[in-house]
Amino acid sequence: MASYSTNEFKGGLKIMLDGDPCSIIENEFVKPGKGQAFNRVKIRNLKTGRVIERTFKSGENVEAADVMEVELQYLYNDGEFWHFMDQESYEQFAADAKAVGDSFKWLKDGDVCTVMLWNGNPLTVDPPNFVILSITETDPGLKGDTSGGGGKPATLETGAVVRVPLFVQSGEAIKVDTRTGSYVSRAKEE
Amino acid sequence: MSPTEPGFWQPIASLERLQSRAETMAGIRRFFHRSGVMEVETPACSAAATTDPALDSLSSRYTGPGASDGREIYLHTSPEFAMKRLLAAGSGPIYQICKVFRDGELGRFHNPEFTLLEWYRPGYDIQQLMGEVEVLVQSLLPTPRSVERVSYQGLFQRFLGIDPHRASIETLRRQVVERGLLGSGNVDLPGRDGWLELLLTHCIEPQLADSGLCFVYDYPLSQASLARIRPGDPPLAERFELYLDGLELANGFQELADAAEQRHRFEQELERRQREGRTQPPLDERFLAALKAGLPDCSGVALGVDRLLMRITEANHINEVLAFPLEKA
Repeated sequence: MASYSTNEFKGGLKIMLDGDPCSIIENEFVKPGKGQAFNRVKIRNLKTGRVIERTFKSGENVEAADVMEVELQYLYNDGEFWHFMDQESYEQFAADAKAVGDSFKWLKDGDVCTVMLWNGNPLTVDPPNFVILSITETDPGLKGDTSGGGGKPATLETGAVVRVPLFVQSGEAIKVDTRTGSYVSRAKEE
Repeated sequence: MSPTEPGFWQPIASLERLQSRAETMAGIRRFFHRSGVMEVETPACSAAATTDPALDSLSSRYTGPGASDGREIYLHTSPEFAMKRLLAAGSGPIYQICKVFRDGELGRFHNPEFTLLEWYRPGYDIQQLMGEVEVLVQSLLPTPRSVERVSYQGLFQRFLGIDPHRASIETLRRQVVERGLLGSGNVDLPGRDGWLELLLTHCIEPQLADSGLCFVYDYPLSQASLARIRPGDPPLAERFELYLDGLELANGFQELADAAEQRHRFEQELERRQREGRTQPPLDERFLAALKAGLPDCSGVALGVDRLLMRITEANHINEVLAFPLEKA
C-alpha cells in the first residue's frame, strides 16, 4: 500500500483519513525546541468537501489516496449514472449522482470534463469552464431591444436556467460560464 | 526554480528587515559589553554531538592533514558543551552569537540553519537570569511589552485545568482526543512528554498570542534536559522558557554541574535513540571531563535571534527575516 511520510506533506497531496480520500490544503511544522515534532495539517475531505484540521507526529507514514484527475468525455446519462470515456484508451467510467452533484446541469454530450477518480471510480465531476448550450425556452424579447439590460430567464437543453439578455431567443446557442452560471455571449457561428 | 525565473537569486528578507537584523545584533553586543559579559567563539564543527532525542545533528566529513581517511564531524545544535568548557576553565560570564544547525526542522518558525544567542551567568539562579532576559528583550523590541512569569503547572492549570505533573497519559490523551487534534490510526507518542508537548504547542501557545513576554518555569523532571533538579514533591527541573506573544523564543537552565548525573542522562538518551532506531552520536567526553573538573554554579539561556526578529519586524514566516533560507541557500 502506497504511503507518504509527513516530510512529503504539501498542498495538493492526496491522503486517506478515516477511510475517506482527502487533499492537503496547508501543512505546518510545529516543534518545541526540546520536544516532539508535529505536522499540523488542514485537509479537505474530497467526498464531503469539508475542511478539517489534524495533527500528525512528524515522521509518521500516512496511507496515500489513489486519487487522480483525468479529462474524460461525457457520453450520456442512463437515468441513474452519467457515463464518461477516456478519449485515448476508450475506457468508460460511470459517475453516480453524488459524484456529479450540481454539475449535471452543464453536462452536454461530447464535452470534456475534469473527473477526479478515486480507486478508478469518479469522485467528483467538473464541467468545462465554458459550455455552449441551446435555449429550449425563453419569453420572446421586446422588439428592437439590443442592449441586453435587464434580462430574462432562459431554460437550456440540459435543464439549467440562466439569465440572458432580452434579444436572445429560443433555439439560439449561447456560451455560459459554469463557475458562475452566467451568460457570456451568443455562441459564434462556426 | 529555474535560473531565468524572477526572484531566482534575490534575497527573501527585505532590506528593511536586514537592517533590523543588523541593529538587533549591534544592540545585543552593546548590551553584553555594558554588562561585562565576554563574547566568545566556539567551533561549529565537533567530534561529538548532542544525544538529545528531540534533536538531530547535521554532519559532514573532514579529510586532510591528520585525517587521511577522513573523519566525521558534527555541526553543533547549540554551543552549550563548548561554552561550559570555557566556564569550567574560569571564563566568567560569557555570550556567543552563532549559527547552529538542526536536521529535520523546516517550517514557518524553523530553518535548519539559524542564529542563536547563548549566554551564561555564574552565580545567577534562573529567576535572576529571567530578569536579565527580560531587560535585554525589552530593550530590543520597538515598544515594551507586558511581562508575566508562570510555572509550567500554573500554565496547564489555567488553560486546560489539568496538573501536568500528575495527570496520567490517559487524561492527557483524552484532552487531545476531545479537541480532535490527532490523525487517524493508532497515534503513538513517546511517553507523557509527547502528550504534554502536543497540548502545549496546540492548545496553550495559541492562547498566548497577545500576552507579551511570558516566562514559564519549573518543568517536569522528564523534561530537565541539562537543567538541575530541585528536590520536592514533585521534584522539578530548574528550567525556563520565554514565549513572546506565543512564540517560543528562549530556553534556560540552572545548569547541571554533576558529571555523573550528566553522563547518566546522556546514556539514557542514547538508549532511547537506540529504541527509536535513530543515530547514536558520540558522547562529548571533553564536556563531561570539564564538568568533572568543576563547572561554576551558573544559569544559562539560548535565545532564537531569527524568531525575535520575526516579532520585532512583525514577520509571519521565518523566511521573511532570512536573506537566504534553505530553499534559496
